[in-house]
Amino acid sequence: MPHKTFFWFMLPSALAMFLFIFLPIISVVVQSLYIEHEQVLIETENCGPFGCVPVVAVDTEATQALRDAEPLGRFNGLGTYTDRNHLAFAEIGAAWTGTESWGEFLGQVYNLPFYKALSFTLTFTFVVTPLVIVLGLFIALGVNSLPRLLKGPTIFVSLLPMIVTPLVGSLILFWMIDSEGILGATLQRVFDDNALSLKASPTLTWIMLLVYGVWSSAPFAFIVFYAGLQTVPEDTMEAATIDGASRWQRVRYVVIPYMAPLVVFITLIQLMDNFRVFEPIVGFSAQASATSLSWIIFNDLRGQDVQLFGSAAATSVLTILGVAVLLCPVLIRTWRDFNRKRV
Amino acid sequence: MAAAAHRRSTGLAVLSTGFVIFWVIIASFPFLWTLWGSFKVQADFFSRADWTNALTGARTIVETGGPFTLNGYGGAWIQEEFWRAALNTFIVVFSVVVISLTLGTLGGYALARSGFRYAFWILMLALVFRAMPHITLVSGYLLPFFEWNIWGYLPTSIIVLVAINQPFTLWMLHSFFLNIPKDLDESAMVDGCTRFQAFRHVIIPVMWPGVITTGLFSFLLAYNDFAVTAVLLSQENQTMVPKIASFLGSTFEEGNVMFAVAAVISATAPLFVLILFFQRQIVSGLTAGAVKG
Amino acid sequence: MTFPTRLAALSAAAILTGTTAIADCGISQGRISILSNDFGALNAVSNAAAECASDSVTVEINATTEHRDLQVAAMTPTPAEYTVAVVANSSIVPLMNENLIRPLDDLIAEYAPDLPTLNQVTIDGKVMAIAFMANAQHLYYRADILEQVGLEPPTTYEEVLAAAEAIRDQGIMDFPFVTNTETGWNLGQEFVNMYLGHGGQFFEPGSAVPAINNETGIAALEMMKALSDYADPDFLTFASNETQAEWEAGNVALAFMWGSRGSQIIDDEGAAPEIVAATMLTGAPTVAGGATPASTLWWDGFTIAANISDEDAAASFQAMIHGMRDEIITANNEEAVWLSAAYQPGPAAAGISATATSGTAPYPMIPFMGLMHSALGSELSEFMQGEESAEQALADVEAAYSAAAREQGFLE
Repeated sequence: MPHKTFFWFMLPSALAMFLFIFLPIISVVVQSLYIEHEQVLIETENCGPFGCVPVVAVDTEATQALRDAEPLGRFNGLGTYTDRNHLAFAEIGAAWTGTESWGEFLGQVYNLPFYKALSFTLTFTFVVTPLVIVLGLFIALGVNSLPRLLKGPTIFVSLLPMIVTPLVGSLILFWMIDSEGILGATLQRVFDDNALSLKASPTLTWIMLLVYGVWSSAPFAFIVFYAGLQTVPEDTMEAATIDGASRWQRVRYVVIPYMAPLVVFITLIQLMDNFRVFEPIVGFSAQASATSLSWIIFNDLRGQDVQLFGSAAATSVLTILGVAVLLCPVLIRTWRDFNRKRV
Repeated sequence: MAAAAHRRSTGLAVLSTGFVIFWVIIASFPFLWTLWGSFKVQADFFSRADWTNALTGARTIVETGGPFTLNGYGGAWIQEEFWRAALNTFIVVFSVVVISLTLGTLGGYALARSGFRYAFWILMLALVFRAMPHITLVSGYLLPFFEWNIWGYLPTSIIVLVAINQPFTLWMLHSFFLNIPKDLDESAMVDGCTRFQAFRHVIIPVMWPGVITTGLFSFLLAYNDFAVTAVLLSQENQTMVPKIASFLGSTFEEGNVMFAVAAVISATAPLFVLILFFQRQIVSGLTAGAVKG
Repeated sequence: MTFPTRLAALSAAAILTGTTAIADCGISQGRISILSNDFGALNAVSNAAAECASDSVTVEINATTEHRDLQVAAMTPTPAEYTVAVVANSSIVPLMNENLIRPLDDLIAEYAPDLPTLNQVTIDGKVMAIAFMANAQHLYYRADILEQVGLEPPTTYEEVLAAAEAIRDQGIMDFPFVTNTETGWNLGQEFVNMYLGHGGQFFEPGSAVPAINNETGIAALEMMKALSDYADPDFLTFASNETQAEWEAGNVALAFMWGSRGSQIIDDEGAAPEIVAATMLTGAPTVAGGATPASTLWWDGFTIAANISDEDAAASFQAMIHGMRDEIITANNEEAVWLSAAYQPGPAAAGISATATSGTAPYPMIPFMGLMHSALGSELSEFMQGEESAEQALADVEAAYSAAAREQGFLE
C-alpha cells in the first residue's frame, strides 16, 4: 500500500490516539519529572462552628508568585521515581547494608509500598494468565462438543462473569464470601472452622483475588478459543482420527498447534490487563493485604483531598515500562511474523 | 469435529459434559443469586445475620408484607429516573461502537495491507498506549476539558472512549483483515478501482463477522466503563454505571444498595438479547479474525 | 462559647431571617452552578437553592461522590465551571491552597447581615465558607446488652474494652465491638480520632514536619489494636456500610460510627424492632484519662468560587442562603444535624450533640493534613494485622508522608 493511501486510511484512528493518549502520556512523563513549588506557609487562626484554633495555612499570594515564575514546578529529574513511595533506592540500599539475611532484607523491601504492590501485581499476572488460558481452552472444548441446541444459552451463561458490571459484581461477591455470607459460611462449615475468614488472612485474600481474576477473565479466553475451534479443518481431524489418534492426541497434536496464534493474542491482552489489576482490589476492600500498581495510582489520585499528580504520573510511567518488559517476548515473535509476512 | 465426536469414549463425554455443567454453575451462580436477591430488601440480600434470609426473605416479609418486592426496581427506574441514565448509556454505547469501528476498520485495513516497517511500529505503539492506566489519563483530561469548556458533555466522553478503545480495536481488526485474502482487493484494483473503492465494494461485504466481534468488545468497554464516565460527565448526562455507583451511598450516608442491584439486573437484560442475537456472528467473526493473529 | 450556648444565641437572630424568607430569592440575574457530594442533606439544600432559577437566573447542580476529584480542576479556569462548591472541613483545604474560593465578608454584609457567627468559617480573619450542618463519629451502644452484663454506658475507651470483655465473657457475642477500620481513609480517620483523644499533635508547631512517632502515637495505636481484638476478624474491610449492617443484624453491642448514619440505623428498615429500641446514641468516649473525646467534629458548608464574576458570586451566595433557610431545615429535620435555630434535635442527633458539647476538636484544617491522613490510611494495616510493631508502623507513616509532602512542596 502506498504511503499516501496508508496515511489517509490511518489518519482518523491515529489522530484520536494522538490527541487523547499520546499527548497525555507525554504530559504525564513531563509531570513525573517535576515537583510542586515550595509552599509558603504562614501561621493563622481558623474559626468555625466549633470554635477557633491556631493553624498553619498556605500563603497563596507568595506561592502564586513562585508558580507564575515557573509554571511546571521545580525540576526534580528522576527524584520522584526513586523516592520512598516509588522505587525507594535509598531505602533499599539501607536495607541491603543493614540486614543480615535474605529473609530480613526481603521483609524490609516488602514493607515499601511499591514493592508490596509489585509482588502482588506480578503474582496475579503470572498465576491468572496461564490459568485463564487453560480454563478457557477446556471450556471451549467442552462447549464445542455440546449438542447444537444447548450451545447458545451455554455461551451466554459463560460470558456472564465478563459482562456484569464489575462495580456491582464484586460488591455482591464481596458479601457472598463474607463469613456470614453464603460462600463464606459454607466454607466455614466445610472446614469446620468458625474463625475461617477469606477477608482477614492475607493468604486467603490473595487466593480469593486470584480465583476471582480467573473467573472473570476466563470468558474472554473461552470465546476466542471457541471461535478458533470452529476453524480447525475437519479433514485434518478426520485424518488424525483415521490414523488412530485418541481424542486427547487429537487435541494435543492438531487443535493446540492450530490455535497457537490465538494463545499469543490472549496472552498479550491478558498479561497487560492482569498487570493493571485494580477493580477486584477495590471491590473486595482487599487493600490491607494486597495492593497493585494501579491501586497505588488510584490511591494517589482519588479518595483523598489532595491529588498527588506527580506521584501518580511516576507510577503510571513505571506501569507502562512494566507492561513493555512483560510483552517483550510476545512482541519479538510478532516482529518476526511481520518480517516474514513482508517477504 | 462432528465426525470425531461420535467416536470418543463415554467416559470422556461424561467428563467433558460434567466440566461444562460445573463451569456453567460457577459462571452463573452469582448472577442468579443476584437476580433472586433483587426482589428482596437489603437486610435480606445483604444479611449479616444469616445468609438463608436471602432465600426465605424474612425481613422482606416484615418490611413489605410479602416474600418478594419490586421496591428495588421501582426505586431505581421511577424514583431515581434510571431511564435517563439508560438513555444516555444507549447514546454513548451506540456512538462509541459505530465510531470505533469506522476508525478501526480503516486503520486496521491499512495496517494489514501495508508492508512497511512503520505499520509494525504503529501496532507496537498502540500496545503501549493501551498499557496506560485509564485513571491517570482521565485525571489529565480534567483541567484542559474545563478550560476549553467541553467537560460534562456526552460527545467528549464518546471521543475519549473511542480513543481509549482504538488500540484494542486496531489490533483485532488488523488481524482479521490479514485473514481476508489479498487477492480480493488487489484484483479489484487491477480492474480499475481505487484503494478506497476496493475497500468499499470488496472488503466491506466480507468483513461483518470480524467487525461485529470487535464491536462486542467495544460495546462491553463503553457499557461497563466507570473510570471515564464517572469523572467526565455532568449529572444530567450521567450514564448507567456512575448512576449505579451513586446508589451505593457514602461514608456518611447509607445508600440504596437494592436500587443498584435491581439496576444491574436490568442493565444485563439488553446484553442477553444482544448476545443471543449476535452469537453466530461473534463466533464466525472471531474465527475469521484472530486465528491467524 | 460552647456549642449549645451558641445555638441558643443564634435562635433569636434566626427568627428575623426566618420571617424575611422570600419566594423569588431576590436575584435579578446570574449563573449558579453547584458542585457537591451526593447525599440527602446536601441535595436538600441544593434543590432548595435551585428554586431561585428564573428567566435570567440559571441553576445547575452536580451532586456526585467524585466531587473532590473534580473541584480543583473545575474551579481553576476563568470562569469556573462551578460557582459554588459544597465542601467539608477537609475538602476545603485544596481550594484554599490553590486560592480558588473568595472571601465572603462583603456578601454576608450585603445579603445576610443576620447570619450567625456559628455558621461562618473564618480563616485568617476572612469568612471563607458558610457551614450549615455538623457531623461527628460517636458511640452507639445496645442498652439491653449492657444491662445484661450489668454495666453503665461507657464514657471512656477503657470502659468500652471492659464492657466488650464482659459481653464476650458471658458468651453473648464473640465480637461485640465494631468501627470503620477499612484500610485507607477510614483507618486513617480512626487514628486521627484516637491520636487527638490522646492529646497528640500531628506536626511540629508551625511547620509541616511530621511528629507522630512518639509515645502518644504508640498509645493511640495500642488502643486501636486492643479494640480490634473485640472486632470481627474482617475489620480491615469494614466501612460505614458494613458496620451499619453489623449493627442492624444485632451482631455487635458497641460501635463507633458516623452520627449521620444515626437516623438510618434507628429507622424501621434493616433491623428488628427490639434492636432499634435498644440502640442508644451517645457522645464519643475519651481515652487515657484525656478530657476531650477521641473523635473529630466535621462541618459541611458552601464556598463561592474566586474565578467568577461578582454578579454570579452574589447570585450564588443568595441562592445558597435561600437553600439553607428555616423552612428547608424544618422540612429536612431528620436528614442531618443542622447548624440552625430552626433545627429540632431528634434522637438521631443525640450522639453528635453530646460529642460536640464535650469539647471535641474539629478535624484539623491544615494544608498538609490530607497527605498525613492518606499515609496513615495505607501504612497502618500491617500493624493492625499484627505483622509489624507500632514504632515501625509510625515510622512508615512518617516516611510515606514525608515523600508526598516533599513532592507537594511542603517539605524540603
